[in-house]
Amino acid sequence: MSSNLTVEVVSPEKRVWSGEATMVSARTLEGDLGVLPGHAPLLGVLADGKVSIKVADGSSQEFNIHGGFISVSNDRVSILGEASD
Amino acid sequence: MGAQLRIYRRRMRSVKATKKITKAMELISASRIVKAQQRVAASSPYANELTRAVTAVASFSSTNHPLTTPSENPRRAAVLIITADRGMAGAYSNAAIKEGDQLVMALRERGLATEAYLVGRKAVNYYRFRSRKIAGSWTGFSDNPTYAHAKEVSEALISAFLADAETVETGVDELHIVYTQFKSMITQIPEARRMLPLEVVESEATSSTLLPMYEFEPNAAEVLNSLLPRYIEARVFNAMLQSAASEHAARRRAMKSATDNADELIKSLTRLANAARQAEITQEISEIVGGADALASASAGSE
Repeated sequence: MSSNLTVEVVSPEKRVWSGEATMVSARTLEGDLGVLPGHAPLLGVLADGKVSIKVADGSSQEFNIHGGFISVSNDRVSILGEASD
Repeated sequence: MGAQLRIYRRRMRSVKATKKITKAMELISASRIVKAQQRVAASSPYANELTRAVTAVASFSSTNHPLTTPSENPRRAAVLIITADRGMAGAYSNAAIKEGDQLVMALRERGLATEAYLVGRKAVNYYRFRSRKIAGSWTGFSDNPTYAHAKEVSEALISAFLADAETVETGVDELHIVYTQFKSMITQIPEARRMLPLEVVESEATSSTLLPMYEFEPNAAEVLNSLLPRYIEARVFNAMLQSAASEHAARRRAMKSATDNADELIKSLTRLANAARQAEITQEISEIVGGADALASASAGSE
């Protein structure tokens, strides 16, 4: 198992961001959620708000997601947002 | 200049002007196909992820969601037909409308009434001219659809689907979509698909890998609730984008053959004009020679 997450942030019109990350944190309808490598497969509905990604090179990325989902499986994280910036 | 020659010249001028227009339209469409294709490609990661997610929820939960359960006694079906706003695209719009008519016929045979939802001015005009009923129509974005447009259309469709067909006049039990699939620059195929009740179409990318056991947050039903409208929107959006690419490709092809025809026409008109000019010159020469001969013989007789 690789030690990093492969993260994709996609909107209907394009792939907004993709890359390697060490951690992803987002807010689902049930509350805050942090995803680290090795996380169990998960499919969640995101509440409108920020998703922050700790990129493997140490920097961090933040996206505003509306009407979104998070799906985690085998260290692949996909964040689907209707509108993301 | 002779009358015949003048007529040929005039026709050539008009054909040349038409050729300029068709050539310009051909080039514009050619450049837009590439852009439209890129948009189809750009939208596919989202559509693929969404399909994967819907497949996961639908196959791992026993949720009986209204959007996935077929009605036992279907009465009415909605048909969404995607066509162009403008003509000059050969048989593009007509092919989609014909495909839609066939679908409507097939649905009638099953005893279902149909509701027409139309995208594109061509379909709207076709239905209006035949005074058929239109349940909903959207125009003005066929060559460059955005996600907002797809959302607007999907919302109308989903709300019609969720309304009870037995009590509400506009409610439907099935949802079909007719769009033009963009296979390549030269092949575009009109296609009819059932969108609801859901037939989860596994994309090629996901079918090879086994889906993991997902945890759902908050729960499977809730996830499906918010996932399915998005899925429909993404499907409609994808259909619109493919139709837009097909429209540009069809227009490019139609305009290319129009330009070729104009070339051909100009060539044959040039030949006719040349012949007319030559005939005129020959006539003038024989007139002059005849005149000179008459003068010569007249003066020879007087001496």
